[in-house]
Amino acid sequence: MDCNHPSAKKPSATADVLSFVATGNASPVLHEVKHALIQLLKTGAESVIDLGAIPFAPGDDRVLNEILGIGEVHATLTVMGESHVRETAIPGVWCVDHLDENGEYQSRFIEVTYMPNILKTQREDAERGLETLAERLGALDDRR
Amino acid sequence: MANKPLLPEMMKTHGVSRRAFLKYCASLTSLMALSPAMVPRVAKALESAPRPSVIWLSFQECTGCTESITRSHSPTIEDLIFNSVSLDYHHTLQAASGHAAEAAREQAMKDNYGKYLLVVDGSIPIKDPGYSCIAGISNLDMLKETAAGAAAIVSVGTCAAYGGVGHANPNPTGAVAVSEIITDKPIINVPGCPPIPVVMTGVLAHFLTFGIPELDALGRPKAFFGESIHDRCYRRPFYDKGKFAESFDDEGARGGWCLYKLGCKGPTTHSACATVKWNNGVSFPIEAGHPCLGCTEPDFWDNGGFYKPLSVPSGDYRKMGLAAIVGGAAIGTASALLSKAGKAKAVKAHETVNAHDLEKSS
Repeated sequence: MDCNHPSAKKPSATADVLSFVATGNASPVLHEVKHALIQLLKTGAESVIDLGAIPFAPGDDRVLNEILGIGEVHATLTVMGESHVRETAIPGVWCVDHLDENGEYQSRFIEVTYMPNILKTQREDAERGLETLAERLGALDDRR
Repeated sequence: MANKPLLPEMMKTHGVSRRAFLKYCASLTSLMALSPAMVPRVAKALESAPRPSVIWLSFQECTGCTESITRSHSPTIEDLIFNSVSLDYHHTLQAASGHAAEAAREQAMKDNYGKYLLVVDGSIPIKDPGYSCIAGISNLDMLKETAAGAAAIVSVGTCAAYGGVGHANPNPTGAVAVSEIITDKPIINVPGCPPIPVVMTGVLAHFLTFGIPELDALGRPKAFFGESIHDRCYRRPFYDKGKFAESFDDEGARGGWCLYKLGCKGPTTHSACATVKWNNGVSFPIEAGHPCLGCTEPDFWDNGGFYKPLSVPSGDYRKMGLAAIVGGAAIGTASALLSKAGKAKAVKAHETVNAHDLEKSS
């Protein structure tokens, strides 16, 4: 989704030419997003759409970007390569892109949710954080 | 090896965060063509899956499959997934050799009889089993002996899955696929010459999480081989418009047009190359400007020239067409001569078309 992010590899000249090629799948995906947003508001049910599961050409990305736009939040996670979590201009609709350590896309999702799960601190990490903090405090005490 | 720590402890040891694990699970779930709603189940299954013993046998092969899987890119989580199985025998990777190595295999079989996963790469010569031996044991005997106690078999690479290059005409060693010898065990074929690294680890992950994946008629996991390269190819819109590169340096080639006329086998080849790609997701052959060779399909070595378009019958197909003309016979009669219905079907499907025909039908 976020093809222009600096950490993603720059598109080649050929990619520029191809950026107008479309499969026509952007429109049904956008309708799916609309239905998911209705469900979120009605029942609180969250949805995830895997953009790797349907044929999607660069031209479809252009349509998707134009319609969804750029919202208020853009978070970059540094976990085994970067991940970009971006709220679109349609609040409640997020683009989640996972890149590997070479800046290549691993997977791309549209999440319809109030807060993507990957942004939250995970309990196991917090427990490990507590251990780390205790160790560092212990080391600090030893230095005194 | 059975007492190795489970994945959560290994993650902790390697400093891999839970968030990184969830990211991996999200990408893995996408790769396995499962619904994103399955991510929590994939994560839970990977965390709690018992680590099965794996015995990896390499027969008539070039070691390309092992090269491929060991060059899987290194978010270390993939290494962890691979480490989350207990790789008890792999004669290329293990330190032990000769009788000590064979003793390790026998011990792993004894300790995990009926439960271990057998991975095979390479074809098996049956014309004379002595053509390929390991520690004096023929490939045929070793396969039969080891398969007897396996829970399932993964045939990695086109050689193990379909015979591959060893099986190519005239097949001097009588090379056959694993499935032609072992018929009483579940077999998962992961073809490719070599297979995509992440597809191999993905199949192993699927086995760990949900058991044997859903397979197609050729024994391949549908998640990775369910669609043709052509269907997922970014050059497909050019095909639909009838825009083809005619040579490797013409305007079409420079403009990224479809490589169908240069022999691309994408329309008849099922693989995840166009979506998963190679070299850490950098590219795949078609993106590099080369037609697909069709390496995940049986007998791809004998399916005519790599640079002949699918629309041009070649090899046996060409001979068959000639026989039909000489005999004044219909295609159906010719197929009886060949006694291979599949080939007749291919000939029928391989009618010569040109760009104008395609434009009219699109």
